[in-house]
Amino acid sequence: MAALPEGPPTLLTPQGWRRRSPRWLSPPLPRRGRPRSPTAASEAGAPHDRQTLLAVLQFLRQSNLREAEEALRREARLLEEAVAGSGAPGEVDGAGTEAASALLSRVTASAPGSTAPDPPGTGASGATIVSGSTSVGNVAVEDQPDVSAVLSAYNQQGDPTMYEEYYSGLKHFIECSLDCHRAELSQLFYPLFVHMYLELVYNQHENEAKSFFEKFHGDQECYYQDDLRVLSSLTKKEHMKGNETMLDFRTSKFVLRISRDSYQLLKRHLQEKQNNQIWNIVQEHLYIDIFDGMPRSKQQIDAMVGSLAGEAKREANKSKVFFGLLKEPEIEVPLDDEDEEGENEEGKPKKKKPKKDSIGSKSKKQDPNLDKIMNMKETTKRVRLGPDCLPSICFYTFLNAYQGLTAVDVTDDSSLIAGGFADSTVRVWSVTPKKLRSVKQASDLNLIDKESDDVLERIMDEKTASELKILYGHSGPVYGASFSPDRNYLLSSSEDGTVRLWSLQTFTCLVGYKGHNYPVWDTQFSPYGYYFVSGGHDRVARLWATDHYQPLRIFAGHLADVNCTRFHPNSNYVATGSADRTVRLWDVLNGNCVRIFTGHKGPIHSLTFSPNGRFLATGATDGRVLLWDIGHGLMVGELKGHTDTVCSLRFSRDGEILASGSMDNTVRLWDAIKAFEDLETDDFTTATGHINLPENSQELLLGTYMTKSTPVVHLHFTRRNLVLAAGAYSPQ
Amino acid sequence: MAEEKKLKLSNTVLPSESMKVVAESMGIAQIQEETCQLLTDEVSYRIKEIAQDALKFMHMGKRQKLTTSDIDYALKLKNVEPLYGFHAQEFIPFRFASGGGRELYFYEEKEVDLSDIINTPLPRVPLDVCLKAHWLSIEGCQPAIPENPPPAPKEQQKAEATEPLKSAKPGQEEDGPLKGKGQGAAPADGKGKEKKAPPLLEGAPLRLKPRSIHELSVEQQLYYKEITEACVGSCEAKRAEALQSIATDPGLYQMLPRFSTFISEGVRVNVVQNNLALLIYLMRMVKALMDNPTLYLEKYVHELIPAVMTCIVSRQLCLRPDVDNHWALRDFAARLVAQICKHFSTTTNNIQSRITKTFTKSWVDEKTPWTTRYGSIAGLAELGHDVIKTLILPRLQQEGERIRSVLDGPVLSNIDRIGADHVQSLLLKHCAPVLAKLHPPPDNQDAYRAEFGSLGPLLCSHVVKARAQAALQAQQVNRTTLTITQPRPTLTLSQAPQPGPRTPGLLKVPGSIALPVQTLVSARAAAPPQPSPPPTKFIVMSSSSSASSTQQVLSLSTSAPGSGSTTTSPVTTTVPSVQPIVKLVSTATTTPPSTAPTGPGSVQKYIVVSLPPAGEGKGGPPSHPSPVPPSSSSPSPLGGSALCGGKQETGDSPPPAPGTPKANGSQPPGSGSPQPVP
Repeated sequence: MAALPEGPPTLLTPQGWRRRSPRWLSPPLPRRGRPRSPTAASEAGAPHDRQTLLAVLQFLRQSNLREAEEALRREARLLEEAVAGSGAPGEVDGAGTEAASALLSRVTASAPGSTAPDPPGTGASGATIVSGSTSVGNVAVEDQPDVSAVLSAYNQQGDPTMYEEYYSGLKHFIECSLDCHRAELSQLFYPLFVHMYLELVYNQHENEAKSFFEKFHGDQECYYQDDLRVLSSLTKKEHMKGNETMLDFRTSKFVLRISRDSYQLLKRHLQEKQNNQIWNIVQEHLYIDIFDGMPRSKQQIDAMVGSLAGEAKREANKSKVFFGLLKEPEIEVPLDDEDEEGENEEGKPKKKKPKKDSIGSKSKKQDPNLDKIMNMKETTKRVRLGPDCLPSICFYTFLNAYQGLTAVDVTDDSSLIAGGFADSTVRVWSVTPKKLRSVKQASDLNLIDKESDDVLERIMDEKTASELKILYGHSGPVYGASFSPDRNYLLSSSEDGTVRLWSLQTFTCLVGYKGHNYPVWDTQFSPYGYYFVSGGHDRVARLWATDHYQPLRIFAGHLADVNCTRFHPNSNYVATGSADRTVRLWDVLNGNCVRIFTGHKGPIHSLTFSPNGRFLATGATDGRVLLWDIGHGLMVGELKGHTDTVCSLRFSRDGEILASGSMDNTVRLWDAIKAFEDLETDDFTTATGHINLPENSQELLLGTYMTKSTPVVHLHFTRRNLVLAAGAYSPQ
Repeated sequence: MAEEKKLKLSNTVLPSESMKVVAESMGIAQIQEETCQLLTDEVSYRIKEIAQDALKFMHMGKRQKLTTSDIDYALKLKNVEPLYGFHAQEFIPFRFASGGGRELYFYEEKEVDLSDIINTPLPRVPLDVCLKAHWLSIEGCQPAIPENPPPAPKEQQKAEATEPLKSAKPGQEEDGPLKGKGQGAAPADGKGKEKKAPPLLEGAPLRLKPRSIHELSVEQQLYYKEITEACVGSCEAKRAEALQSIATDPGLYQMLPRFSTFISEGVRVNVVQNNLALLIYLMRMVKALMDNPTLYLEKYVHELIPAVMTCIVSRQLCLRPDVDNHWALRDFAARLVAQICKHFSTTTNNIQSRITKTFTKSWVDEKTPWTTRYGSIAGLAELGHDVIKTLILPRLQQEGERIRSVLDGPVLSNIDRIGADHVQSLLLKHCAPVLAKLHPPPDNQDAYRAEFGSLGPLLCSHVVKARAQAALQAQQVNRTTLTITQPRPTLTLSQAPQPGPRTPGLLKVPGSIALPVQTLVSARAAAPPQPSPPPTKFIVMSSSSSASSTQQVLSLSTSAPGSGSTTTSPVTTTVPSVQPIVKLVSTATTTPPSTAPTGPGSVQKYIVVSLPPAGEGKGGPPSHPSPVPPSSSSPSPLGGSALCGGKQETGDSPPPAPGTPKANGSQPPGSGSPQPVP
């Protein structure tokens, strides 16, 4: 680790164009991020680092740099122990060596001395590592993991005019291959196209790049359109610096899953043709996850691909996830409540107002219990939903919002609605007859008889009662809002880069959490309060506690903005949906990424866990809702029907119905029980990750309800299973 | 997939000329071609990058439209200072100008008179955000309330009407049982049978539309009963409510056949009984049905047209034709027919031509009574100026003779006399505005007599009046009606003096000039209704097709009524060829405080700028010539030439004192006295 000096972070930021403090770039260079946030581990980082280390050590030995080798070894030993704690399993498997060899060949290519590419096949298997590394010339480039180093991987000298030929040659080969292999090998088109194009651009063959793009971009799958659009505007070497999408392509390997047969076919072809150019790209920029068995069908592949960096590696979804729920504390008896107080105590930040502390303990005890008792009562009145018993939907329309409504949240007991607006305000409405009141001034509070039974009532200032309270404090549109479970606090996240904690007792801002330097797209309280998670444009999600001004965990790994964040019902996991078209599940305890779900074809804008914690539903701009089995790490369903971004998703209280709200002005109800009924969770599917999705969206759709040009921004199931939907009326 | 694979992306870049223009505006005269090329590439790339970031903000803001603030935030992400001053919520007020083969979009920065701003009463505070709850669905069924979209959208009604064999909802053909859970569940009634039928017929060579029983729910029957009773009942308040319900409620399509039959039968019976009041009520129902935006009326037009036509041309509509005002009914029904024509006439059904034929036939007939004659003429006249021009004007002389023979001849019957009198005033009313447009200004009694016979002199005086009226109208407040008609490259804003309840807010926008006009209108629409209109400024730009190299700048300012002084200054300016666009602001004389609700200094400004024809302009930045003071108050005739840049203006200052001569218009190039701008 010490051999890889901690380069100044500015190296990653393009000059001039971005002058702010650097974005926290994690996945490409996890080793740089790790020391800063020891708790945040990246699942890809651990094995990868080790491979790097191994390679460097090997190189040092061969170059007779004994001292350096010793030093590095010493350092690494230390590191090894640290890493061992976090547990990076299976580093010596095929995939690991694959990574190592690929890395070596990158070093090879970037070394100034070795212009001739490796003979085909040298770096292909783990056994050839040594022979491959003999040609390594200079490791200095590797020491500077900045943009130019990353880019210099493109430095190879290929004949620019030959690129089209190479590509069409491969295309011809793939199209002529057997049907069963064609679908799998077709996955190669997109990453090869991207990298060949970038190579041309980097080597300043502008016209060749243009014609290459013109000729072949129409062949790419339609879901890559957005990225292609970015690429098409990128025509100069200078543009490559600072283009984030480009950096993503460069720094992360595109992951493909190909059966061994298909891979052998490809390898043989490339060797026959002496097609070094393509072989190099495959070696350097692609990560081919080879599996044994039948090649996958086109449908199977299409279901899983689409993310910015290809599919998830199989081993990424192998770790165990404990999705069971916590045992609910016994709350039946309103008198016996000692244990609960403790739990509730924890759920409140220490920044509590002193007057609250001074309040008699009995009244304080009453409050949470009352709520829980209410909850119990309501639960007994809950409607059993099903295909024959659909919930009623009550729609809260924000009128005169002038297109400014950006976030909505509803309290668990459905008594309050908060709206975040583009004009930087957060507004809280009471939807019950109970008006919103704030606590009296300190001087008035002094006069209150603190021993009286109704002290909680007395501290409230009747004069401030109103249905609406406006919270001012942000300096940019408010993109996320979340009530604390006890309804005492409200979180809001904004374009100004802060998350703010508001008290719903005084209706003032208590804390501004600064950490994200860029807009914060979403925030959410954990199911039991105290902790909360936020995600933003800086591509990381952060875990906070309300009484710490610094994040407790930083979940880094997404390749683009983190659009939405949700806590697992048992609080142990956080799911994040990102603009890189992946969903990740993070372990809150150690910060590891335990699941990567790929399959969406557009940025993910909504997430929700099923109440039993087993399933996850995600919605994206492509209008599809995907259902995931968290335990097995598999996609288990696809709900098609929406024609625009799915902004909100929510399961009913018992998990029978999934409601989805979209920008296409509809609320749709889906039969969740049926969707999860006959899961393909046999061993084979689990082991290979090959899924066969039934085309049954139409059967699962229970109802479609159009609104009057009102995008559905938020959905909520009340305790009695009534759906509350919210959105701003936006006349055309 | 094959279709999807056709996606095409092209790397559009800014033209390098733009770089030159920008460079010029910054004072860099000579810039090399390669530099331009490099700059365009770079700038295009950066702009795209920012646009892509801005899209992110749009998505997160849960909007479908990109706004200027999104771009500001995207710039902020890049740590670039945002652009100040672009804060339009709804539209970006770019204006378009072309000339000399060049096209230019520019952000218009108007000269703002500070005193105007200071004197303007503050606009009303926009409404605050509020929450409103309604039931989107009750146990799976969507209630048909105004808060929800109509249960069957117009398109679906149309699809059912035109393609009955196709299932209304795509994607549901295969699974019939699913239907009923979705949207159609609420009052789907008989249609279920209809939709299930096609599979039975599958494969049969002949596909028949299956018969369906159309039944109404009890609530619908009750509603129907209440509404029809209220519509023809005696209580006016109830009727107004019922008509309001017909005109706005979204869920009426189920009852549409009943309503249509009710109306046609009602007319049939009441014409025989000469019950004028009921006929009027029924026509009002037709009007309300037409006004309902959620109804697909096409299916029932064949029943409604005869009923309405009957009310126009029937020989007798009331018991006492000499006393009752059945003329009003005919007028009203004629307007309805015109509205029907406008909405439903297509090249296939030829409604307009068939109606026109019917009217002409009954008018031409010698034996037609005066009542029918009146109805036919009214019906024709409502169809628009073109119809008046081609069908009515040629017959004016003949008709005039007939009228004269009745009015001047021996008194045969009082009824005939009244009829002839009405026909005459109708003809005068409708023909005068058309003639005012068709005929060049000097109105000569003799010429009119020669052309139109006995009606000539009367027509002449009416035309003169119409001209004055049009000029006056142009200055009047008429917020609801704004008609923009355009003979091709010229943009004309004309104010049609339309009385009464005719289509409010009628706005025709020719496609070619959509941008500026829409901006102009939406700027007005966006403002909350104000009790007192503030001074407003409109700038209308258009490129004139005339070969003239002069520029017409018309400025017109109206002062508040208290002062009574009105100034019009039609100014034709010759402009140096390098400055094609002339923006001219006339500072009006500040008027003394008046009793008008507008408060002091309510000033109208209209600026019509027209570009010189192609080849003349250089597309340079607009220049600002010195303001031209209001010069004369001589009423100038309404510009009749299509060459004019601007013809007529709408305005919203309070109506001027009656009798004050008002004028507005611009002169055809060359006919006026050009005043060169220094």
